[in-house]
Amino acid sequence: MDSLKGIRIEGLRKRYGAGDTAVDALKGVDMEVAPGEVVGLIGPSGSGKSTLLKCLGAVIEPTGGRMILGGEPIYDDGWKIRDLRALRRDSIGFVFQAPYLIPFLNALDNVALIPMLAGFSDGDSRRRAAELLEALDVSHRADAMPSRLSGGEQQRVAIARALANRPPVILADEPTAPLDSERALSVIGILNSMARQYETAVIVVTHDEKIIPTFRRIYRIRDGRTVEEAGEGRLVQNMMEN
Amino acid sequence: MISLAGRDILHGWGKFVLTSVGLGLLIGVTLTMGGVYRGMVDDAKVLLDNSGADLWIVQKDTLGPYAEPSSIYDDLLRSVLASPGVESAANVTYLTTQVRRGREDTRVMVAGIDPHDPAAPGRPGYLTAGRHISRGHYEAVADEASGFRLGDEIRIRRNLYRVVGITKRMVSSGGDPMVFIPLKDAQEAQFMKDNDAILQQRRRTEANPAFNRPGAPGVLEGVIASQSANPYVNSVLARVHPGTDPELAASHIRRWLRLEVYTREQMEDIMLGKLIATSSKQIAMLLVILAVVSAAIVAFIIYTLTLGKIREIAVLKLIGTRNRTIIGMILQQALALGVLGFAIGEISATFWGPAFPKYVLLEPRDAFTGFVSVMVMCAFASLIAIRVAVGVDPAEAIG
Repeated sequence: MDSLKGIRIEGLRKRYGAGDTAVDALKGVDMEVAPGEVVGLIGPSGSGKSTLLKCLGAVIEPTGGRMILGGEPIYDDGWKIRDLRALRRDSIGFVFQAPYLIPFLNALDNVALIPMLAGFSDGDSRRRAAELLEALDVSHRADAMPSRLSGGEQQRVAIARALANRPPVILADEPTAPLDSERALSVIGILNSMARQYETAVIVVTHDEKIIPTFRRIYRIRDGRTVEEAGEGRLVQNMMEN
Repeated sequence: MISLAGRDILHGWGKFVLTSVGLGLLIGVTLTMGGVYRGMVDDAKVLLDNSGADLWIVQKDTLGPYAEPSSIYDDLLRSVLASPGVESAANVTYLTTQVRRGREDTRVMVAGIDPHDPAAPGRPGYLTAGRHISRGHYEAVADEASGFRLGDEIRIRRNLYRVVGITKRMVSSGGDPMVFIPLKDAQEAQFMKDNDAILQQRRRTEANPAFNRPGAPGVLEGVIASQSANPYVNSVLARVHPGTDPELAASHIRRWLRLEVYTREQMEDIMLGKLIATSSKQIAMLLVILAVVSAAIVAFIIYTLTLGKIREIAVLKLIGTRNRTIIGMILQQALALGVLGFAIGEISATFWGPAFPKYVLLEPRDAFTGFVSVMVMCAFASLIAIRVAVGVDPAEAIG
């Protein structure tokens, strides 16, 4: 299964502290998301969602287990890939609850910055950014500063930024929390569409009851362990019907 | 690659410019303090340069005539002129006093000079208006900074002097403008007493049995006559023949006339090392304090600006931005703040410098040193902010 281009984790564990005060936040998480697939990650507060997201995002180091990203192992029971910063830059896209766009860069440059950091030329980076903004239907706002964009436009630009380096996986942390139902479903629709178009695995961490029925597969996390459940996949169904 | 620092500055240019103006005014004050110091040094050098002398002959064991009082007999001039190597010499007196100008008092240094020898040392080097003193009494040449104009009358002690010439940059070591009057008048102004004091002195002399003894007629009159004359000057300024070592001529005068003689270099050492040394240290202290305050302000500004961008920095780090890119952004902003602040400071100092009562000399080399110092200061001041930025955990972006 190492040839999977999405993300796969096996028995992932994370322990904070040591000795009597040690806390096991993740006690053996298994998860697999294929390219083009969008899965939900849900669970109550304190269940380990944020810890799992940070491990998946190569922000913190797991204590044990195995992670394979885009077919390449990045963590294997103590062994880890050397350059986590480059891994985050090239292989992981992030979408946050708030768009967190860089306020002093316009929409185009917010997206183009990512390939530029990866070493692409300014021209190529801007071309790629323009394509993504076009695909996300915000190309007409390319020159606008984030403060001049609506919430929905900002979130689209944030998704474009997450896709800028064509990462094998996108981690979306509560991307619909501040949005109403219509916009929330629109964002999930965009993520589904982009996931298929760019062959990217998308993990959406959410509490949002509005969007949970849209996932075909859901990972429910409780007490540091995940349980896979079948979702309703409503939105996907609707999009296909349309 | 996008210039993150440049974009951030452009995005919040109003705040950046206002901050730079504040810093620039502080830098302007610092540059002005440096200019005040340079002005003091220049005033001291100008006083020596404009006197046109190679040697200052003063009372023995004094640092006169500028740093300490000095009083020597005016007829020593002949002996000085006869000394080997001396080309020309002149008696001079210096008296710092308040003179009335309209309704205001002006502090001036009154210099008594030989009115008859145009080449004598001690005279003003050049005039911007009018002519040199040509009469033996009641004429004056004033520095334009004194505020006097041609034809004005200056009251110095009991006498009035008509301004016949205006000169420029003739100032005392303290920056007071100079007024040149004939030597005899200056001697009178400096040493002669008023009428009541003369009367009292005569009565005291008459009452002294040593001067008014029976059987010794004429002693009292002789003593009173000697008291009425004023044979003192503060210094003799001498010029040596071209090619003559001033130190050689000075050593001869020291040995045979038993007087203190200073060469140009020695006099400059006295002026800079003793006369204005305390003021220099005072200004140096202020400069250090201003530099520290400026650095603290820059550090605080950059730190505050960085704290306002913690979330953006966390996002930048999460998406794979190198630490050096973020450090570069903060450093470039600090340096840009310094460049703009320095430009504003330099312009401010240039504008308000001439309004100062004393000479403020803004030299290009000081501007260059100031610029480099500001850049170094800004770089150091950004270290705290850089430390904070480097310490930002990318996980903060996730929450």
